[in-house]
Amino acid sequence: MNTIKQFFKPSNRSLLRELVSSDFKLRYQGSVLGYLWSLLRPLMLFGVLYIVFTKVIKLGNDVPYYPSYLLLGLVLWTFFVEATTSGMNAITGRGDMVRKVSVPKYIIVLSTTASAFVNFCLNLLVVALFMTIGHVPFRENLLMAPLFIAELVVLALAVSFLLSALFVKFRDISHIWDVILQALFYATPILYPMTIVPHHIAKIISLNPLAQIIQDMRSIAITPGTTTTKQVFDSQLIGRGLPLLIIIVLGTLSVWYFRRSSKNFAEEL
Amino acid sequence: MASQNDIAVSVENLSKAFKLPHERKNSLKEWAIHFKRPTYERLQALSNINIEVKRGEFFGVVGRNGSGKSTLLKIIAGIYQPTHGRVQVNGTLTPFIELGIGFNPELTGRENVFLNGAILGLTRKEIKSKYDEIVAFTELEKFMDQKLKNYSSGMQVRLAFSIAIQAHNDILLIDEVLAVGDAAFQRKCYEIFKTIKTQVDKTVIFISHDMGAIRDFCDRVILIENSKIISEGSADKVANDYIELFNKDALPQSDKQDKSRWGDSKATISSVRATINKTTIDVSYTVEAHGDITNPIFGIIIKDLNNLHVIDSNTKWKKLDTGELVSGQKIKVSWAIPNVLKSGRYRLTVAAAHEDGFGFYDWRENAATFDITRSEVAAGLLVLDDKITFKRYK
Repeated sequence: MNTIKQFFKPSNRSLLRELVSSDFKLRYQGSVLGYLWSLLRPLMLFGVLYIVFTKVIKLGNDVPYYPSYLLLGLVLWTFFVEATTSGMNAITGRGDMVRKVSVPKYIIVLSTTASAFVNFCLNLLVVALFMTIGHVPFRENLLMAPLFIAELVVLALAVSFLLSALFVKFRDISHIWDVILQALFYATPILYPMTIVPHHIAKIISLNPLAQIIQDMRSIAITPGTTTTKQVFDSQLIGRGLPLLIIIVLGTLSVWYFRRSSKNFAEEL
Repeated sequence: MASQNDIAVSVENLSKAFKLPHERKNSLKEWAIHFKRPTYERLQALSNINIEVKRGEFFGVVGRNGSGKSTLLKIIAGIYQPTHGRVQVNGTLTPFIELGIGFNPELTGRENVFLNGAILGLTRKEIKSKYDEIVAFTELEKFMDQKLKNYSSGMQVRLAFSIAIQAHNDILLIDEVLAVGDAAFQRKCYEIFKTIKTQVDKTVIFISHDMGAIRDFCDRVILIENSKIISEGSADKVANDYIELFNKDALPQSDKQDKSRWGDSKATISSVRATINKTTIDVSYTVEAHGDITNPIFGIIIKDLNNLHVIDSNTKWKKLDTGELVSGQKIKVSWAIPNVLKSGRYRLTVAAAHEDGFGFYDWRENAATFDITRSEVAAGLLVLDDKITFKRYK
């Protein structure tokens, strides 16, 4: 309760805002071209994957609206990668703020996720553009999207808090996280439709909160026929509840660990 | 008995120990490889510190480098956690351990004002309303839309300081921020201090090595030595104790540093001594010739820590003939210099040069260091026995 009150303190809100806006300015240097550059990477990846999976391996041809379907998955994934990697570096990267003034440390981590979120919103506009070009019909279900996006943000925050605190102590976490991200990329149904995965493996994959979020987003926004985790388990409770439980447990653990170790950040840096 | 409201900062039985690992494990890999528990060296930075700073007080903290002053400040600021004891702060507080935290060279001056202000705890609205005042104080109106990387370092300090003084705080913790900046800037800082001192609701905890500033501003001062408070009281009393501290171990060290030494070694200098007496500084060294040499020049340079040559003296300028030295012969050269230097640390460089002054037998840069400590206040370089007289007119 106290923490929530702290968070809404005007000075803390201002700090968050300044950190995000200066980050934004630095990244784009006030130019449209700067934003286009940051978009180039996911778009290039999208282009390559699109060609591979429609022309070479022909997995995507069975999926209606595959371009938008693939792009949305990639954009959601990119947000997760960006938020967690910059979140990991949050505390060490702002060492002077930790060692020489006493600002609430969680604000620093929040600011990195918020920065990634700003970028994510801009990328969503590109997805919307692709959906319009691809004649994806509007469905009322789309209104549920903020719920799943919120779930994704909470997941990214939970991971960021844990990684940022661990990274202060163990500097090789960054390499480990790189490897984990690579494995996660293939363990999450971003490229391939869930239908080609054997059922018992699909169950394992569906435990991953990222899989649940990405598949749910696709099913409400683009391709209603997407196999969601709810369908894999044939149960709303397991298919959506279990990933949510994982996020809650991870979040609680991360916040606990972050609060415990944040007291010593100044000495350990 | 002061009521709870009058106490701005209270520190009770505070101790702080740092654990310095013998071998720092900075990665999971090392952690996995070395199963044994890491061994630590305990460094007691503070032990059993008790202070009470009243509201409106200008409180000084002095002590030698590494005595624990800055650690104390960081614990009061909440940056470090105490190992034992309790710190209670009544009011809002901002530490000034460094100016311009979060400054980014790629952002403009204006953007940096907002960023740094937010880090110091100001809201965006507050910064907006104070923005003009901040800019006016820096006298950098024309540069505010320039990127910070185009600022000179002096301009950056001015900008940082102008934001810092706008941070609204009841309690200011100042850690030698004044050490930076030119004389004009320091004067400006002192002006600000004077205004702060008149405000009854502002409390200042001030760390400095400048006994002049301590005497001018502080109501009460503590002296920390080896992690403990060894003296407490009025600025004059503690400042004197601080100087005494240096008197005790003002032993000149000689023959220790050989780092910057050059020459053709046809004669070598040894046994460099500097002895400080009340009225004289006695400097001496021995020169041994390793070949036959004629009329060598012997000289000394005394420099202060800013590398200013305070005293240069040699046998040539004094028109002294030093005669011939045959191989193996030794000569002791001594100087008696009137002790007119102000308190501080000085370095002694000694040399033996060729007759023409263009080559050196032996040059020993900073061969010895000595401290001068005196009780009288002096800001200038020299402390002379000057007489001041009055003639009063009706």
